[in-house]
Amino acid sequence: MQQQELIPHLFRTEYSKIVAVLCRRFGFEQMETAEDIASETFLTAAQSWRLNGAPKNPTAWLYSVAKNKAKNHLQRNTIFETKVAAEIRNNMSQIDENEIDLSPQNIKDSQLQMMFAICHPALSSETQIGLSLRILCGFGIDEIAEAFLTNKETINKRLYRGREKLRQEKINIEFPGPTEIDQRLENVLTTIYLLFSEGYYSVSQNNTLRKELCFEAMRLCHILIENEHTNKPQVNALLSLMYFHASRFEARIDKNGDLVLYDEQDTSLWNNEMISKGACFLKCATGGEHLSKYHLEAVIAYWNTQKADTPEKWENILQLYNRLLQIEYSPIAALNRTYALSKANGKQQAIIEAEKLNLVTNHFYFALLGELYTDIDNQKALQNFQKALSLAKTETDKRLMSRKIEKLLSVIDP
Amino acid sequence: MDEYALIMRHEDGTKVASPEQLQIWMKQTMDWIGGIAAQNKFVSGTGLPFADARVVGHNNVVTNGPFGEIKETIGGFIVVKADSVDEAVEFAKGCPVLVGDGNTVEVRKIAKRDGVH
Repeated sequence: MQQQELIPHLFRTEYSKIVAVLCRRFGFEQMETAEDIASETFLTAAQSWRLNGAPKNPTAWLYSVAKNKAKNHLQRNTIFETKVAAEIRNNMSQIDENEIDLSPQNIKDSQLQMMFAICHPALSSETQIGLSLRILCGFGIDEIAEAFLTNKETINKRLYRGREKLRQEKINIEFPGPTEIDQRLENVLTTIYLLFSEGYYSVSQNNTLRKELCFEAMRLCHILIENEHTNKPQVNALLSLMYFHASRFEARIDKNGDLVLYDEQDTSLWNNEMISKGACFLKCATGGEHLSKYHLEAVIAYWNTQKADTPEKWENILQLYNRLLQIEYSPIAALNRTYALSKANGKQQAIIEAEKLNLVTNHFYFALLGELYTDIDNQKALQNFQKALSLAKTETDKRLMSRKIEKLLSVIDP
Repeated sequence: MDEYALIMRHEDGTKVASPEQLQIWMKQTMDWIGGIAAQNKFVSGTGLPFADARVVGHNNVVTNGPFGEIKETIGGFIVVKADSVDEAVEFAKGCPVLVGDGNTVEVRKIAKRDGVH
C-alpha cells in the first residue's frame, strides 16, 4: 500500500481502537485527551514516515507511540496531582506502563464497552450515531457532516453536547450487568441499524461514503458477535439482514448515481458471497425464544434476494410484514406491506388498503399509490406520481419520479 | 384515542374445518390484522383454539366446552386503537370470521384505569 493511502487506511481501522482503550483508561472526563492523543499519534506518524519511510509493522509503531504519549500525559497529570493534592500521591505516583494495554483482547473489550456507553439511552439517537461515527468508526467531522447533509459546526456542536452528556450522566465505559444487558443491547442494535440505514437510504450523493457507513455498521455488529456475552440470536439476525441488503449495493445505484429500483436491477450484479453470509448468520439467529423484529426483517431480506417472482415469495413477504407491523409499526413497513399485498392478493385490494394508510406527507406513499394505480387508472397514477415529485426531498428521488411521470405520459398520450 | 376489543364469535364451535380451509382462514385473518397494524391501530391480539377448552360452572362443575349448552363460542379477540366506536366497527367489518353465516364480531371499549370505569 502506498504511504499516502496507508495513513488514511490505518486511521480508519486504528484510530477508534486507540481512542477506545485510552478512554477506558482515562474515563469520559478526559475523552478529548484520549481523542487528541490518538490524533497526535497519526500526525507524528505522517511526519516521521514521510522522512524515514513507513515502519515494517505500522500498527505496532502506532500503538507504541500512542502508549508513550498516553504515559507522558499521565505523568504530567501525576506531577500536577501530587503538587495540588498530596494526599493522593501514593495512588498516583506509580504509573505502570502496562496500564495502557493495546493487546487485541483489550482493544476488543474496550471497543465493545465503548459501544455500550455511546449507545446509552440518555443520549439522543442523532448523538449516538454521531459519536459512533467519530469514536467507534474514526470518521472525520466533514465526512459525518456530509453523511447528515449538514455543516461541520452542527456536527461539532452535536459531538460536544454528546461528550458533555456522557460526563453529566456519569456513564462508565463498562460492560452492562447481566440484568440490563438485553435492554442495553437493544439500544446498541438500534444504533447499528440506524447507522446502516443512514448509509443505505442516505440523502448524501457520495456513494463511497454511503457504502462505508454500511460496512462500519456491519463491522460493529461483528464485534458483538465475536463476544460470547453479546453473540445473541437477534444480533445474528441483524447482521444477516445487513448482509442481504448490502448484497445489492452494486445493482441499486447506476453510473449516474441514480437509484435503480428493485424490479429494474441487473441481478447479475447482486453479490452472492454476501447473500451466503447473510444466510449463514440467519442460521445462527435461530434457537432463541424471542422472535425479534430483526429476525422478521432478515427473512424478508432473504426473500428479496430470491430472483424468481413467485406467488410463494410474495405471500411469505406479506405474512412477514403482517407480523413485523404487529411488533413495531413504521411507515416504511406499512408501505412495503401494501406493496407485498398487491403482489400477493392483487392491486385492487392493495389500493383499498393503501388509501387507508393516509401518510400524506410521505412522498413514498404517493409513489406507491402511483405504482398501484398504473394500468388500473393511469390518470390517478399520474396525479399520485406528481404529488410524490412535489414532496420528494432528494435529487435522486425527484429524478426517479420524473422518469415515472414521463413513462406514464407516453402511455396516456402517445 | 380509545382502545376497543374486537371479539370474534363463532356460531357453532363444533364444526370441523379442513386443514386447507383453516389455512385460508388463517391467511385472511393475518391479512386483516396486518391491514390494521399497517394503519398503526393494532394493539394486541390473542387466538383462542377450541382444543382443550373447558367451562367451569356453578359448584365447580367442569365441562368440555364451551360447546353444547352454550351455542356461541369465542374464537379470539384483538385490541385496536380507534378514534370512535364507529372506526372500531369499520375494522370489525373486515374480519374474515364474518364470512361464516351466523358468526359475529362484538366491539367493546376497553375500560380505562382512570377510577371511573
